[in-house]
Amino acid sequence: MKKSELIDELIERFDHMSVRDVETAVKIMLEHMTESLAMDNRIEIRGFGSFCLHYRAPRTGRNPKTGESVSLGTKYVPHFKPGRELRNSVNNALLSDLL
Amino acid sequence: MGCLTKADMADRLCNELNLNKRESKRMVEEFFDRISQSLINNEQVKMSGFGNFDLRDKSQRPGRNPKTGEEVLVSARRVVTFRPGQKLKERVDKKQSRH
Repeated sequence: MKKSELIDELIERFDHMSVRDVETAVKIMLEHMTESLAMDNRIEIRGFGSFCLHYRAPRTGRNPKTGESVSLGTKYVPHFKPGRELRNSVNNALLSDLL
Repeated sequence: MGCLTKADMADRLCNELNLNKRESKRMVEEFFDRISQSLINNEQVKMSGFGNFDLRDKSQRPGRNPKTGEEVLVSARRVVTFRPGQKLKERVDKKQSRH
């Protein structure tokens, strides 16, 4: 599912809203989440999961083309941990596929 | 500042869009429900700019109970993983300049 398809599904469920407002709503929500992580503020969505930043220690890497070593600084990368409800529903879907 | 929750996201929608409190809450709920439902249907979710939620099927493997050291079989399972998009990674990475 792409963002545009998610927006289509939301438009069906919010038929009193204009297409433009639903698009804006999705944009605001994704921006809010991005902004939060950019400030190192975690996100906790009950049932769905949580997002936080993981620290990456500085390391020496290599340019794969030239083989030259380059030093890479400290880095933070976004991490998602699925919530129990999502984890179970996704896994139960697999189990029923197997039956 | 505490972590970002669905209530915070609904508040922002309410403030920035012509959407009442109840509908703002429902929008945030539906946003995460639609994403979850797609994942339950074994369909990847791609939110351009933010990131992709992928599904991985893992086969059963031998494991250990970390407490007792006892050998147990870890059953086959389906898990959700998140790959942050370029834009999110860049926004988060700017944070290191403040450390």
